[in-house]
Amino acid sequence: MDNKELMRIANEVRKGVIVGTHSAKSGHPGGSLSAADLYTYLYFEEMNIDPKNPFDPDRDRFVLSKGHTCPGLYSVMAQRGYFDPEELKTLRHVGSRLQGHPSMHYLPGIDMSSGSLGQGVSVATGMALSAKLQKKDWRVYTLLGDGECEEGEVWEAAMFAGAKKLDNLVVVVDNNNLQIDGTVEEVNNPYPLDEKFKAFNFHVINIDGHDFNQIRAAFKEARETKGMPTAIIMKTVKGKGVSFMENQVGWHGKAPNDEQFEVAMKDLERIGETL
Amino acid sequence: MSEVKKIATRESYGNALREYAEEYPNLVVLDADLAGATKTGIFKAAYPDRFFDCGIAEGNMMAIAAGLAATGMIPFASTFAMFAAGRAYEQVRNSIGYPHMNVKIGATHAGLSVGEDGASHQCLEDLALMRVIPGMTVMNPADDIEAKAAVKAALDYVGPVYIRFGRLAVPVIHDADYKFEIGKGEILREGKDVTIVATGLEVEPALIAAENLKNDGVDAEVINICTIKPIDEELLIASAKKTGKVVTVEEHSVIGGLGGAVAEVLSEKMPTPMKRIGVYDTFGESGPALEVLHKYELDGEGVYKQIKAYLGK
Repeated sequence: MDNKELMRIANEVRKGVIVGTHSAKSGHPGGSLSAADLYTYLYFEEMNIDPKNPFDPDRDRFVLSKGHTCPGLYSVMAQRGYFDPEELKTLRHVGSRLQGHPSMHYLPGIDMSSGSLGQGVSVATGMALSAKLQKKDWRVYTLLGDGECEEGEVWEAAMFAGAKKLDNLVVVVDNNNLQIDGTVEEVNNPYPLDEKFKAFNFHVINIDGHDFNQIRAAFKEARETKGMPTAIIMKTVKGKGVSFMENQVGWHGKAPNDEQFEVAMKDLERIGETL
Repeated sequence: MSEVKKIATRESYGNALREYAEEYPNLVVLDADLAGATKTGIFKAAYPDRFFDCGIAEGNMMAIAAGLAATGMIPFASTFAMFAAGRAYEQVRNSIGYPHMNVKIGATHAGLSVGEDGASHQCLEDLALMRVIPGMTVMNPADDIEAKAAVKAALDYVGPVYIRFGRLAVPVIHDADYKFEIGKGEILREGKDVTIVATGLEVEPALIAAENLKNDGVDAEVINICTIKPIDEELLIASAKKTGKVVTVEEHSVIGGLGGAVAEVLSEKMPTPMKRIGVYDTFGESGPALEVLHKYELDGEGVYKQIKAYLGK
């Protein structure tokens, strides 16, 4: 799939984030939008998955460690054919399969329930170990927030993955630089993230998380990396694509109201027209 | 009189893991730098490729176990009860309990009988913490035979299981042909005046107390409850109906463990006067295990004394 097509899909994924959080009147649009290109690449290019066979034991696994940005995950799954995009409007409603944080028992295609920060990366590490034990070649991907890297468990998991040489594991950090209380430096500076992962025996790749050439090259490099896990630190813009949300800390966990919804959708329509 | 065979249930745990490894090829064992103490080292020596030391990082270990279980393995994650149920509580709750993962938690060194290490390592809250997680099966075997049977039952059951093991060698009270079933209690001694419900290491003191009570003219029934959750309601209700008085005995806080579980059942379904014997909302302390148990009146003598006082004898 060429970059243009990926960009078109990513733009649709972003629209789904706005539709979902608007309908829910809550949720986390900022980090969903920053990761939309990554979600799109994973679900349309990188991972060996089949929406018609979501429990295939030989599929690649994805664990959304920063589970609060599931509006983006649900949206890409809808685009990929796991369910009708109309269902995105049920996000966070009673009885919905689209829980506020991902739950594997509600929605086929979710490989692990997540949401409590720091735990998803450990679970993904356990899955990677499991593949090695079973001599399977499926791979494991996990997405962390940069603020999430303040959780000690992230580094417990990194130590384990590095020590056990789990080269079938790719840890992606969405480095949009913002968390609830401010910039990540202001809150409790987790930088340098790349040097930290290196110190934990990871192969580290720094990229622009909105450049599909760089995303593509990074995942290729990760596949070719043997004997150590890979960390991809991707610089992103929180709220990417929606004018009034970009780089605004206030759009971490707030839904657009009706008026904001109209503006956001227009922004994304405009971007769509250029693609 | 022949010497009664004594063995710590942590030892039974390590032996059981090794024993069942061949029958269950997906069984793997995780530990957090305590393999020598938890006795998972017995498994490690026999199956080094199926043993993973997670280092001193218990929260990560529990979530690693969840990842293994999510992809078809049967992990036993082991550390001391304090760190399994305490430090890693939220990982157990969110990454094992909520997704109902097929993870088995082998928690050793529970209760006061840790002994010399003292209060920081004497977990008196684990049964309460684990029992409150939806879908979690909680077991506390009384001896070698029951401990091995609990491991086997956990392997055959699909879902999260917490099993509590002890550091102190305890007498073997079951016969080799003991039939164990998750959720089923066991009447060890029939009586009509009072029901003594005990779990784990306190089963033996309960039996001693019952024997002594005979001399006071009290005919005590003794029930062993290994599965704290789901608890054997039927057995408890029938016995309470028969004797009209119930005493629970556990090496755990009287809040939320066996005593709490029995009180919940009886207060709703067969209201019965009760006495909960255990650790009375306090921390433990250092000392040789038997001396600490004596001080906290949780040895045979202490349990007898407490029940006698409750009955006004």
